[in-house]
Amino acid sequence: MQKFNQLTGIAAPLDILNVDTDMIIPKQFLKTIQRSGLGKNLFDEMRYTPEGDEVPDFVLNQSAYRGAEILVAGDNFGCGSSREHAPWALLDFGIRCIISTSYADIFYNNCFKNGILPIVLPQADVDKLMDDAKRGANATVTIDLESQTIQGPDGGTISFEVDAFRKKCLLEGLDDIGLTMKKGAAIDAYENDLAAQPWR
Amino acid sequence: MTGTTLYDKIWNAHMVDEQADGNCLLYIDRHLVHEVTSPQAFEGLRMTSRKVRAPHKVLALADHNIPTTDRTGGVDAIADPESKLQIQTLEKNCAEFGIEYVAMDDIRQGIVHVTGPEQGFTLPGLTIVCGDSHTSTHGAFGALAHGIGTSEVEHVLATQTLIQSKAKNFRINVVGEAPDYITAKDIALAIIGEIGTAGGTGYVLEYAGPAIEALSMEGRMTLCNMSIEAGARAGLVAPDEKTYAFLEGRAKAPKGEDWDEAVAYWRTLVSDADAVFDKEITIDASDLPPLVTWGTSPQDVISIAGAVPNPADIADEARRKSTERALDYMGLKAGTPMQEVAIDRVFIGSCTNSRIEDLRAAAAIAKGKTVASRVSAMVVPGSGLIKQQAEKEGLDKIFIEAGFEWREPGCSMCLAMNADKLAPGERCASTSNRNFEGRQGRGGRTHLVSPEMAAAAAVTGHFTDIRNLKVEG
Ligand code: SF4
Repeated sequence: MQKFNQLTGIAAPLDILNVDTDMIIPKQFLKTIQRSGLGKNLFDEMRYTPEGDEVPDFVLNQSAYRGAEILVAGDNFGCGSSREHAPWALLDFGIRCIISTSYADIFYNNCFKNGILPIVLPQADVDKLMDDAKRGANATVTIDLESQTIQGPDGGTISFEVDAFRKKCLLEGLDDIGLTMKKGAAIDAYENDLAAQPWR
Repeated sequence: MTGTTLYDKIWNAHMVDEQADGNCLLYIDRHLVHEVTSPQAFEGLRMTSRKVRAPHKVLALADHNIPTTDRTGGVDAIADPESKLQIQTLEKNCAEFGIEYVAMDDIRQGIVHVTGPEQGFTLPGLTIVCGDSHTSTHGAFGALAHGIGTSEVEHVLATQTLIQSKAKNFRINVVGEAPDYITAKDIALAIIGEIGTAGGTGYVLEYAGPAIEALSMEGRMTLCNMSIEAGARAGLVAPDEKTYAFLEGRAKAPKGEDWDEAVAYWRTLVSDADAVFDKEITIDASDLPPLVTWGTSPQDVISIAGAVPNPADIADEARRKSTERALDYMGLKAGTPMQEVAIDRVFIGSCTNSRIEDLRAAAAIAKGKTVASRVSAMVVPGSGLIKQQAEKEGLDKIFIEAGFEWREPGCSMCLAMNADKLAPGERCASTSNRNFEGRQGRGGRTHLVSPEMAAAAAVTGHFTDIRNLKVEG
């Protein structure tokens, strides 16, 4: 997994509540058997007309935001399905960080597994960053995971919380499966006890 | 010391390891796998030369992509090359890693959340995962069941565990007696309407109270299925006699002494009387009308007797904007009575409402009536066994005579990954669980309803208060 330490980039404002996984990556793109290549279909139905032309109004089609690496979004981002294609598409497009007041559980988890940092902030801070993001390409934002801070374009600093274990995994790019396999003896011991409940 | 909740009990019984930071390693008893969210997980195993730790705890089948029309040509005859490749990939992966695969022509094939319980693969007190958010369905049996992403699918395949932090406990008491035609679907929609699509975030929901006890296992599955629509990690109903009666004798359920021991253990799986919940609400089922969604989020719920809401009445700007956006997408005018909204399509199916009881309920409404001329309607059973049972009862004939299409089992138009989809602007009364923009096809407009309400809409051509239809008819 790609490490995440510090990121300075353009933040795109996606001022919509309940952005769901069907919006992030519609199902017709879930037929792939690979992880890569989904970026071109990120937000497909909002980004392109049925004929395949770009919708000029959509934020990621505007020249200022084509290279955005951060998304600032409304409440409950990523609700809906468990499809990891959603973070894969975001990552493939180049988004490494999302800022919102809340996320759906599975999506939130999936982000960390893919080197994307989903930041949770109070409404007032999200509002402030949303306003900053609306100012376009000059409004770069710096995210520092080590110190858990966000520096806005005006130099103001906002702190955020993140689970210590998830933070460590992101900072070091750790592979969960490798970590768990080190606990193989504990899993063996647990499985030995399962004999008492043969139906399991 | 206070008592423990049902969720706490299952959690504690599955903890392999606890880190100082609160992250735990949870043992996983059952893993369901489908074609869409697994290829990259198996690929990951191959790349790291890892094996599947406990192949006999995994059950795989294809449901999302699978055609629901004639299948006599087998997988090779699937028209869409990408769908075909995904299904073939699953078959190959199962063979390579030694996992049981229920093939497309197997009578047990169906939607993963229908087949699992039907086979007795789902049991009380187990931890069950699947790379699919509606894994919450299995909570109806008192199993801790939740959806996971593909990286986690790989993690479970390799280690039979999942890294999890504990969720909080939220009890939803549903009291009173549900009136005629008020189904588990209406109860689910009422709850989501009340707490919102993020209302359950960070929680495991336990559904309790007389109206939940009164539900059949099918109804409990419908309810738990939609827990994810309230943002919850999982939904639970404590197992009881109905649970055991449903499971006894199922192919993968324990037998003989094992069964007796299992039931004795399952009887302990209830929240203690003095257990403390982090959050608790009560809903009165006896007040509920049949519900229908008007917008693009499952929380956009209204009584069938109500009208499309007016954004102008909403003070909060973000909510107002999102309502305007939803009405625009749905092509609805504020103030229109829901019963005047005409529909083009009807979909009866999905892991929410495709079980035998759902089909019986819809057939009872459709019987002797005709699908309105403007409407095209389809029924997609949840599994081959349900299809077979329905045909034995003659339900297929009732549907076909009324003008419904009778299909092969699969996810079908719930998410429109196969050929079953809405055309742009088409309006559908659907028994599925999500009315997101584009869910049933780009530009398609989905209204979530119960099977009874879907059948009523099919035969009248517009949303109809099922309570009146019955009186008249
Ligand atoms: S029926 Fe629909 S919700 Fe259920 S598993 Fe299939 S696609 Fe998902």
